[in-house]
Amino acid sequence: MFLDLFYGLRDEGVPVAIQEWMTFLHALEGGLHGSSLLRFYHLGRACLIKSETYFDAYDRVFARVFKGVEGAFGDDVAEKVLDWLRDPKNFPNLSPEELERLQQLSADELMQRFLETLAKQTERHDGGDRWIGTGGKSPFGHGGQHPTGIRVGGPAKSRSAMKVAEERRFENYRTDLTLDLRQMRVALRRLRQLTRAGEASELDLDETIDETCRNAGEIEFVFRPPRRNDVRLLLLMDVGGTMDPYYEPVSQLLTALHEERGLREFQPYYFHNCIYDHVYTTGRMLQKDAVPTGDILRRLDTRWKVVVVGDAAMHPAELLEPHGNIDPRRASPTPGVVWLHRIADHFDRSVWLNPEGPAYWEADTARVIRRLFPMFHLSVDGITEAVRSLVGGRL
Amino acid sequence: MSKDNGFLRFQGTPGYIASGPLVDAVNCAIALERPLLLKGEPGTGKTVLARHVAEGLGMPMLSWHIKSTSKAAEGLYVYDTVQRLNDSRFGTGDVADIRHYIKLGALGRAFAAQERHVLLIDEIDKADLEFPNDLLRELDEMRFTVVETGDEIVAAQRPVVMITSNNEKELPDAFLRRCIFYYIEFPDVPLMRRIIDVHHPHLDAKLLDQVLIKFYWLREQTELRKKPSTSELIDWISALLRAGVSLEKLEAHIPFVGALLKKEQDVDALNRFDTKGGRVPQRWEELGPKYVQ
Repeated sequence: MFLDLFYGLRDEGVPVAIQEWMTFLHALEGGLHGSSLLRFYHLGRACLIKSETYFDAYDRVFARVFKGVEGAFGDDVAEKVLDWLRDPKNFPNLSPEELERLQQLSADELMQRFLETLAKQTERHDGGDRWIGTGGKSPFGHGGQHPTGIRVGGPAKSRSAMKVAEERRFENYRTDLTLDLRQMRVALRRLRQLTRAGEASELDLDETIDETCRNAGEIEFVFRPPRRNDVRLLLLMDVGGTMDPYYEPVSQLLTALHEERGLREFQPYYFHNCIYDHVYTTGRMLQKDAVPTGDILRRLDTRWKVVVVGDAAMHPAELLEPHGNIDPRRASPTPGVVWLHRIADHFDRSVWLNPEGPAYWEADTARVIRRLFPMFHLSVDGITEAVRSLVGGRL
Repeated sequence: MSKDNGFLRFQGTPGYIASGPLVDAVNCAIALERPLLLKGEPGTGKTVLARHVAEGLGMPMLSWHIKSTSKAAEGLYVYDTVQRLNDSRFGTGDVADIRHYIKLGALGRAFAAQERHVLLIDEIDKADLEFPNDLLRELDEMRFTVVETGDEIVAAQRPVVMITSNNEKELPDAFLRRCIFYYIEFPDVPLMRRIIDVHHPHLDAKLLDQVLIKFYWLREQTELRKKPSTSELIDWISALLRAGVSLEKLEAHIPFVGALLKKEQDVDALNRFDTKGGRVPQRWEELGPKYVQ
């Protein structure tokens, strides 16, 4: 039951790891939840969930796992965890000898082994089925097999909780894409070079000693600006639908940005076709990933550089009309063009990168958008120009 | 982890209204000796909580306010090369002993102290992205080495570490895994009444209603760039009381709007709303169903 909570959370894509789970168990052992399910709920949330954006997922999983147990649960929730672990019925794949050994193990030790095994499996998330194969031969025979046997092994192939967790880090966008990225990376590096601004606040010790010697021992301090990039980048990316053919070039761009660690801050958000009241923190655009666009404008100051990636091709109503969102469940009275206007207005510098060439930019909606954002082609040359437009001029 | 429940427990203080789950989270962090990460909108009392935890537990408090230029190492110690150079130039001080020029930071002092401290690391999201990662080992093991001297500083008493974040930046996963997390939600109306009661007791009930209606209405406006927060509401009420604003006046208008709205654009937006003949609500029903009990 308790592991259902853990795996349930992982299923929902909540990044909860062994370390957090152990923290939670320690807290339970310490009796911190007192005797109420509500406090147990809050304790679990404090230990397992590290961002309020996942609270909703936690609520859903918790409700599912602990449905109807409130009365049956009794006082000591932690006792139930340990009971569960001690109960051999929960490990059906074990031989009688192993069961005997299992009963000899104290709960702590068992938990330890279980966690160790699971931790290893997290590390090699790609080898789910291989793990089951070697599990039997591992020194942690029973401990190794029971979690894989009942929880991870079978279902893992179909539900791939690890994959979901990985997805959040855009694994799909960036693996094995290092082939043609060199040039784009170089183009993006200019985004770093041009903005080496800042005041001289760091003591240059070598120079200071040199200068002091040159000054016959009279101390002469030399300061230099700290080496850092001041560019904060907001990426707004169109995914799905008409953008599908450009998945490849766009994912290349993302890889390049990700590897470009020179950025001071970087925040990517996703939308479909046009920007409305909400944008999404992942390309899957689930409701739980929604962030109010207004919040982004409030939170990020005008110095942030905005890069919108999209083909700017959509039905005119999607851009201009109220309730224009192609997804009716997410429709809102504010037309997309108003949001685009607010974004262009709020930030000092913004660009629109279009994977389609300039020949297509005369279409209705693209023409409207070009009035709001300077538009560039998503190519090495286009990016070079876009970068110049983002950071050039003032330096 | 022992089953000993004899650790210090925070129960809240008269000056701070803390919800049950928040108290639990604080106690969980104390018992497990993990940092407590507090998130929430600005003005929900994250920093103040640390002060009251220190007060409630009777521990001294050390604060480390993070700026965008803060480095993790500064919290441990700073080697004051400039002072040493200066001393060697003018022949003052004991230049030979490098220890005189090692100045402990807030974290370093909390470790070195004999007494258990509450350590507040305020607004950790202001710093560089790598900042929290640089502190991982120190917060885990509560020890660090002064490179210049080879001295190791080990925490005699593990401090109660409280970290606040305004959510301006994502914190690294490795760091989050080590924290107990609590998100201070924006207070709902009943809690807000209790909070106001702490600061402005004996406020006229009708006036308070109007104040809250206006305040929550403003917060509902998506157009605002900066939503007013609890601390601003309390300031606003002070201003209203000092000026002796009448109930009738408050029903129709929002006086002293400068106490609530801090952005020019927001004030403009409200003025536009006024000139267009917009009417600020006077009853809870006008704010929508979730405000009607």
